Amino acid sequence: MLYSNSWNWEIGTRLVANTGNWKTKFEWVGEPKVSPDGEKIAAVVKIGKSEFSVCVNGEIWLNHFDRIWHAKFGPDGRLAVLVSQKGKWTVAVDGNTWKNRFDYVWNTMFSPNGENIAATIRQDRQYGVVVNGELLGNMFYDTNNLTISPDSKRTAAVVQTVAFRKGDIFKFQEGCYTAAPDGKAWDRNFVNVWGLAFSPNSKNLAAEVRTSLYDYTVAVDGALWQDTFSCVWAPVFSPDNKAVAAPVRVADKWTLAENGKQIWDRKFFQLWGQIYSPDGSKLAAIVAPKFGKWTIAVNEHPWITTFSDLITDVVFSPDGNSVAAAGRDKGLWTIVVDDQSWKDTYDMTWQPVFSPDSRNVAARVEKNGYYTIVINGKTWKHYCEALWNPVFSPNGNKVLIRAIENGKYYRRVLPITKI
Amino acid sequence: MAQFVKKPEKKFVDIGLDEGAATLTTDMIQQVISRVLKGETSAYLKAYVDTCVSCGLCSEACHYYLSHDKDPYYAPVVKVKQTIWEILKKKGKVSPEFIKKASEIAQTECDLCRRCAMYCPFGIDIADIILIVRWICYILGVTPQYIQDIANSYSVTMNQMWIKEDEWINSLQQQEEEAQNEIATLRIPVDKEGADIMYSVISPRPEFRAQFIYKAAVIMDTAGVNWTMPAAPGPDNSDMTMYTGDNEIMSRVKKTHFETAMRLKVKKILISECDSIYDIGNKWLGWKWYPIEIVNSIEFYYELLRDGKISIAKKFEEPVTLHDSCNVDKGSALYKMARYLINATCKEFVEMHPNREHSYCCCAGAGVINCGPHWNMKQMHGSKIKARQLAATNVETVIAPCHSCYGGLEDVIRHYKLGMNVRFLSDILYECIEKPRVVIDV
Ligand code: SF4
Ligand code: SF4
Repeated sequence: MLYSNSWNWEIGTRLVANTGNWKTKFEWVGEPKVSPDGEKIAAVVKIGKSEFSVCVNGEIWLNHFDRIWHAKFGPDGRLAVLVSQKGKWTVAVDGNTWKNRFDYVWNTMFSPNGENIAATIRQDRQYGVVVNGELLGNMFYDTNNLTISPDSKRTAAVVQTVAFRKGDIFKFQEGCYTAAPDGKAWDRNFVNVWGLAFSPNSKNLAAEVRTSLYDYTVAVDGALWQDTFSCVWAPVFSPDNKAVAAPVRVADKWTLAENGKQIWDRKFFQLWGQIYSPDGSKLAAIVAPKFGKWTIAVNEHPWITTFSDLITDVVFSPDGNSVAAAGRDKGLWTIVVDDQSWKDTYDMTWQPVFSPDSRNVAARVEKNGYYTIVINGKTWKHYCEALWNPVFSPNGNKVLIRAIENGKYYRRVLPITKI
Repeated sequence: MAQFVKKPEKKFVDIGLDEGAATLTTDMIQQVISRVLKGETSAYLKAYVDTCVSCGLCSEACHYYLSHDKDPYYAPVVKVKQTIWEILKKKGKVSPEFIKKASEIAQTECDLCRRCAMYCPFGIDIADIILIVRWICYILGVTPQYIQDIANSYSVTMNQMWIKEDEWINSLQQQEEEAQNEIATLRIPVDKEGADIMYSVISPRPEFRAQFIYKAAVIMDTAGVNWTMPAAPGPDNSDMTMYTGDNEIMSRVKKTHFETAMRLKVKKILISECDSIYDIGNKWLGWKWYPIEIVNSIEFYYELLRDGKISIAKKFEEPVTLHDSCNVDKGSALYKMARYLINATCKEFVEMHPNREHSYCCCAGAGVINCGPHWNMKQMHGSKIKARQLAATNVETVIAPCHSCYGGLEDVIRHYKLGMNVRFLSDILYECIEKPRVVIDV
């Protein structure tokens, strides 16, 4: 939504690139990636022995590298890839490399506004986080679980601050890991740290932690919830920044706790993936009311529709009145919106997308080896070789479809009534 | 061919057991046991005690018992008598020394092979009971050092070898380069969203047995499979924490495994040569069965060959035998598929006897091999019957369908000086299949 106001929303279909040709031009072509506005399609290509470049809309970057991978478009349409030359690694953005080189770089991540690119690095056997190529804060014995704050200005990662020898099970239990916002470790360590979450205002950081081999809880800015649990899953902040909610395991069942206190009376066989509605008045989570039955619970009330295999990709509508998710039942996927499954089933579904006015839900689906878009359960009768998630126009009347058909990549804007 | 040389047992210290037990008191133990043995677990154990008639028919199934010349100490029922039976009888009031011994028995004298369950007239599954013993010992903090270290590794990296993210990706890139020396266009697609198959392996250290990845890559490339590997070193498709009793980390590993498959939007997970994915972790999480289909590599390769996606260019010259691993579903079609593959790729196949679900365990499984080198002699003495079985085939190559078995068989072969070598099925396939697009870059 941030940039989509400025995109071209004129109705029509445009051929952007003849991607089918690329396979004949290059020794091999990586998986194509498409910019959020659909204007660019790119792939890593091999142009000679140990020589790689990136092909964007048919044009090759001038720079060539010994190895390239992990092509990723940011929200602003810039393309970042991980590149290596003479054994050193860095990031190339739209063909230009960061000036700093590292022993290894991975996990590039765009900030929500697209301005900053963070990545995890290894240099001289130490690990850290770089933003736009510059080291942020300290180096550690290990750095993982990188995340970026909603305001795009901060990063956080799980870090190892104490070295221990392999097999030193007692040192490990003393706690050698913590969270490090902006490269500065919290002042206490834990046995484990996982699932980091920034508050919406980007001021606070929460994490699920294990304080001994047997005790789990949530830490917010390094301070622990009062109670420990036999297990917890990743926390999230409420939209007003005041509450942290996390699934907790109590007496062999799962429920939801907020700021350390159980807020749902109902207990479930399993509970995870909780999300707040945009106004914070509702909490939805993936739950198993019974062993082998999966559904969504909104404010602790489970839906009637259940899935035997799994539920994933849960999302609230912008107005907070609807919840949609992807579900798999007896091997077949579908989309479920407000307790109603779409009638068709698919071989695969992607995260459903609400229109900005919350009236419509679209999803990318796959069936019999082809991809298409379904809106409110109605299928677009085009079967594509590759397809990216649909994007609604800011007024919600149109949908941007980015698809490869017959070896050609097209950018299409359709009124939603045409589907 | 074989000389059975029994080496003397060595005295050793395992700090995981010794120091763990040193912190305990009888009261603490009783409290923990009364907390653990409740509800379904308690009912299950009571049913066992009420059902078992101590007939000892299960003894003939156990490779420890057979390898120790039928020493009753190693009989399955005696393992239970020395552990849970005593715990129940004493209502949990047992000494730290008792817990230490119980952990040693549960972790180093039973491979959870479930062979004894087939011999028990009541179908009693000793493996499930031994798992409860491991669980109690874990909660009491009395677990062998090396396997506890592996559990710690899972908790941080989601793999068993402390492999960090950069090491993992780098290792895949090296494997890809190695494979490209053979097939210039070959790729190991990392984090390819929407692939049909996610290839999930026991994350190897780059310097240790990593070549199986590039061999699998060559097979998949030749067959035109749309596949990918995750860009994270975990989830490892093994989950040794289910063997230490750390159910929380076990389920976290499983959750990560399936969430990675969901993130990559793959339809199936292909597990490399491993049979330890079985479903305790899924059940703990609430999944009745795997939420995303899991395909064992034997079945996967069988289907590629059966459907003509790969073809055999030449046969493996040496006679081979096959070790049937224990956690392949007893009686499943995988036994047949493995033989189909071997007969298609090898000139001569010699069966081990007994075989299939009756095959003797390699004595490495369910974490026994992971308890550390100081327990290795115990493993070797427990595998004497396996050594005899191997020697009786009179062949030099044994095929192992699982990484733990692979390591275990290597140890047995070395210890008993059998002069054999161990291969994965994928090694044999890699050598024998037609590779139509062999292009060397110049
Ligand atoms: S499960 Fe296997 S190793 Fe354990 S007691 Fe039974 S036969 Fe012996
Ligand atoms: S065969 Fe069954 S009943 Fe007999 S001793 Fe073994 S477990 Fe008990």
